[in-house]
This record gives sequence, structure tokens and C-alpha cells, in this order.
Amino acid sequence: MAKDWPLWEIFIRGQYGLSHRHVGSLHAPDAEMAVLNARDVYTRRNEGMSIWVVKSADITATAPDRKGPMFDPSNDKTYRHPTFFDIPDEVGSM
Amino acid sequence: MSRADLIDDLLAGRAKYSSIFNYPTLNWADIGAVGWLVDGAAIVNQVALQRTSYGPYARAMVRICKEESFHARQGYDIMMKMSFGTEAQKAMAQDALNRLWWPALMMFGPPEAESVHSAQSMAWKIKIMSNDEGRQKFVDQTIPQIEYLGLDVPDKEAKLNKKTGHYEYSDPDWSEFFDVLKGNGPCNVDRMAARNKAHDDGAWFREGLLAHAEKQQIAAE
Repeated sequence: MAKDWPLWEIFIRGQYGLSHRHVGSLHAPDAEMAVLNARDVYTRRNEGMSIWVVKSADITATAPDRKGPMFDPSNDKTYRHPTFFDIPDEVGSM
Repeated sequence: MSRADLIDDLLAGRAKYSSIFNYPTLNWADIGAVGWLVDGAAIVNQVALQRTSYGPYARAMVRICKEESFHARQGYDIMMKMSFGTEAQKAMAQDALNRLWWPALMMFGPPEAESVHSAQSMAWKIKIMSNDEGRQKFVDQTIPQIEYLGLDVPDKEAKLNKKTGHYEYSDPDWSEFFDVLKGNGPCNVDRMAARNKAHDDGAWFREGLLAHAEKQQIAAE
């Protein structure tokens, strides 16, 4: 049974001023090869100017089945949206 | 299941793959016809699959469509050069079209009624276009392209239905389709052998890269 190369998550910055965005994942033996493979797979047509690679195993994620306890608490806190202040029409949009 | 497991299944013949590609390419005209017809047929499916409910596939399809579009255009360019070239070149282009037209129609899979997984895949929106819808779309877009080349449509029965705006066309030989799918196509054995050889010949290199990475890791720690 062959051993899989580790999985890497790939983030690409499209242009200056934008943040890196997750674009997908790929297998590679090490970080350097992951960058080269990401270059070939994800920036064939000028999509990027900077690449980050992160070992998938190094990412800590929220568990899908803990979605409720994690995110529900923000549901009833509508006061976090600044919609309770009356700004006169004359002032315009704020 | 790891990627290595999937590749092992494929190489051992346990996993299904798109074996309907397994027709021989005899000459340069075939390179044009395969790019234009087979990849052209693939695009019809893949454009729809950009909206599949299976996220990783949908995301990958965006880039795949760009690649396939490249192949289809390159193929049609070859076909134009040959169709507008000498009589001998035009005859080669026609011959390639005659042989690859039917496999291209088969690319969409069997008619809806005979398709084993279609209903389930459509229900889950993994698949968003039926085999027959895709095939119709392909025929509708390809026949005018054949006419532009000045070649004959291999299907003598094909004709435009003015009412529906769609072409009526003949079925390919479905018994041949199921036979090719089972692995009895003209090139299945050759192509699987070539895949296995490439995989085996490259094993030392893939392992070497991993061993090197592990060594660097230890040195860094």
C-alpha cells in the first residue's frame, strides 16, 4: 500500500489589497513542492500573485455538529447591528 | 479512503473510469476530432457540473472547463486546417469524424431509461442534466460546426426539426457502449497497462520526495 503525500490547503492572493482566499487543496511531499504544485494547479491563468500553503492537519476547525452551541449565541444579539439609532434623513446615509 | 487507495483501485481495474475514451487515434486528423468532439462533449457535461451539489467537484470544474475549452478549440482548429486543405486532408478529416462521432455521442452515457444511477444522482443534484439532455445539446451545437467545415454528418438520419429547433439524430450502438464500458474497448488493456507502467516507474521518485521531506523535517527539529 502506497503512502499518501500529506494534504495541503491552498490560499491565493489575487491582487494587492485583497486577502488570501482558500481555493482548494492538493497533495505534496513538503511545503516547497506544495507551493510549486499550487502554482501549476491554481495560477495557470494569472489568478494569483501570492500563495500560502498550510498542512491540512495543522488547521483546527469547528465541528459541524457543534454548529448550534458555537454560533447560536450571536443570533439573539441583534443589538450588535447598528440599526437602533435613528439618523435623520437630512443627514443622509451613514 | 485515501487517494492512494483510489488510485490502487483504478490501476487494479476495480474502480470505474471514463473508459468510453478508449478508442484508437490512428492519425493527425484523429487528434483534431478527439479534441473537438470528445472534449467538446465533455465540456457540455462539465459546464453543467459546475453547479453540482458536490462542492469539491463543482469548484474543480471551473478550472477543468477552461482546460477542456482549450482542447476543443485546438481540435476544431486542426479540423479546419484539414477540411480546408487538400482533398486528401479533407478525406482524413471526414474519416476521423465518421469514426469518432458515435463514441462522442456515447460519452453522455446510456439513454435515461437504461441509466443505472441517474435518478439517484439527479435527486441529490450531483448530476443536474440528464444524459439525453446533454447529448441533444451536443448534437445541436456540433452539427452546424460540421457543416461549416463542409464535411458530411456521419448520421445520415440527422435533421433539424424546425418545430423544436433541435436536431433529430440516430442512437449509437448501445451494445458496443456497454461492451466498452465493461473494459472490452479497443484500447482498454493498452491504456490500463500504460497507466500501471507509469505509476510503477514513478514510484521510486514519489517515495524519494517523501523520504527527503521527512529527512528535512528531522534535521529541522
